[in-house]
Amino acid sequence: MTTLIVIILYLCLLLGLGFFSSRLFRGTSKDYFVASHSIGPFLLLMSVFGTTMTAFALVGSTGKSFERGIGTYGLMASISGLVHAGIFFLIGIRLWAFGKKYGYITQIQFFRSRFESDGLGYLLFPILVLLVVPYLLIGIIGAGKTIEPVTAGAFTEIFTNPTAPQWLGGIPPWLTGLVVSLVVLTYVFMGGSRGAAYANTFQTIVFMVMGVVAFVYIINGLGGMEQAGKVPARITEKGIIVQDYQFDKTTKELVKNEKPKPIGRVTDSNTVDLSNKQPHLARTPIQVEFKKKNPKTGVISSFERELGIPFITFISYFFIPLSVGMFPHLFQHWLTAKSAKAFRLTVIAHPLCIMVVWVPCVLVGVWASGVLPPGIPPPAVLSAMLNLLVGDPVLTGLLTAGVLAAIMSSLDSQFLCLGTIFTNDIVIHRAGKNKYSDKQVILIARVFIVVIVALTYVLAMWAKNANVFDLAIWCFSGFSALFPVVFAALYWKRATKEGAFASIIAALISWLYFFHLSGYGGELVIGPGIIPAAICFAVAAIAMVLVSLLTKPPTEETLQKFFPSAKKL
Amino acid sequence: MKKRVIWFLFLLLFIVHQDFWWWDDAFLVFDFLPIGLAFHAGFSIVCAILGWAAIKYAWPHDLERFAEENNDEENAI
Repeated sequence: MTTLIVIILYLCLLLGLGFFSSRLFRGTSKDYFVASHSIGPFLLLMSVFGTTMTAFALVGSTGKSFERGIGTYGLMASISGLVHAGIFFLIGIRLWAFGKKYGYITQIQFFRSRFESDGLGYLLFPILVLLVVPYLLIGIIGAGKTIEPVTAGAFTEIFTNPTAPQWLGGIPPWLTGLVVSLVVLTYVFMGGSRGAAYANTFQTIVFMVMGVVAFVYIINGLGGMEQAGKVPARITEKGIIVQDYQFDKTTKELVKNEKPKPIGRVTDSNTVDLSNKQPHLARTPIQVEFKKKNPKTGVISSFERELGIPFITFISYFFIPLSVGMFPHLFQHWLTAKSAKAFRLTVIAHPLCIMVVWVPCVLVGVWASGVLPPGIPPPAVLSAMLNLLVGDPVLTGLLTAGVLAAIMSSLDSQFLCLGTIFTNDIVIHRAGKNKYSDKQVILIARVFIVVIVALTYVLAMWAKNANVFDLAIWCFSGFSALFPVVFAALYWKRATKEGAFASIIAALISWLYFFHLSGYGGELVIGPGIIPAAICFAVAAIAMVLVSLLTKPPTEETLQKFFPSAKKL
Repeated sequence: MKKRVIWFLFLLLFIVHQDFWWWDDAFLVFDFLPIGLAFHAGFSIVCAILGWAAIKYAWPHDLERFAEENNDEENAI
């Protein structure tokens, strides 16, 4: 109950910040959508970083390293540090410059202008919505899965039908999702992009600090750094996977098992000698079979899992972080920047912020392999570790608030961006600039945001058992498949309207094809381990180049607008 | 020339990122940090240094001036 009170206090604090930022709102649509281009370096860094880190970063990374080991960091985090920073430098600053110069608020406005096509906007709008919605679902599903375990036992007479029996009395995911959606809706509704930037900054600081605090407490719970290194699951001479330790809840200490506890066995591996190896500490792929006990029926069953990361998969994951170049919500954050110089801190500090958040999460996931049952749902690993090792309700509440902060700092930007593109690219674009007053424009955006929040909530409840990490990868794959469009628009004079259409359609068809093959959101690799994002990207890039070369180049006027002479640009 | 060096370093980092040399090594640095993870944490720090170098030696001053001079917002969309 104490944990829940702490979380509620945090949410109230956030609402207070929403009211504060709404007082700074200047009442214009430009302020609502892009904060009147007034955001400085620190707020930009925090809002961009907070937006790119969601449940995926905290809950998803811990769960994925619990499943696959330390390769999770190289797979997603360190490559993102390189690619994201490169994109902020090469794409972000350039788009900001055109946005500032020509008054763009959304990506679609830029593309319509660059490719001299209205139709391109109508094609792109539903695709962007289609891809942002799974990203929103990740947040709401992640929040629900985090809160239920840490509030278990608080309301045993009210919430009698938990997701797992040990979480009896915990706040159910549907209620958490509802509260989180309403809180985010409230401060986005009131403060627009300025409110989102302030809330993001506050929440990013909260989740980074709380992440470090959680890490320290988990290390203490495991008996110190050196001891923690020994905890991950181990393979015996006979190929049995065992846990050597368990956490004694009475003495609150990690104790060595008298006999190693078997939890699974290696079924396939190319490595000759696996004896006494801790598979989560390396990246060599091995097939394992784990035992899982159904908590409701008590029946023990087996399931297969691949530990480690295939080398080809590791390389092809390079294409995933390219997605930030096409995130519409990130475009909107870039446009809030006061000047190009505001990007400097983001370019330098973004990889470091990723490191601060991801290294502890990946380590916690690896250590969890030695103390948690292997059948635990991956998104529940972080909260299960907090519950097991920290115990203190106030601290658990604060740490859970940190996880919620990471989730909500992405949700707000995504909700706002959908409202922004609908209002500007559909409603105003069709009706004309002068049909609605500034107040009416803001009202339209707010109404659409309410509709999107409601729709997302319903979808999240429908897809409540989806794997947060896999769903995120599908969302990122779609955006990275669209990356050739933005890159060509900015750096290739010969890129044409027809090329852009072909590239977007090729990206969409290839993405839908692989999404269907995956069973709508499951993990999928092609051939020796190539991820679909790499293939979708290649198909879209080829379509862009071939069709552009076969069609009429853009007009001279457009080229001068977007490729001014070297002297001027 | 400086921009080319930055591009070269970017591509070099992409290759270094694959670190197949520690693929199968579970050695613990300071007894708690797996070497594969320690390497990639260090890689993140090098990315930040590359970002600093890009800003210092390849900053798009012309683009910055272009954006700041006489905004055409009213005529644009």
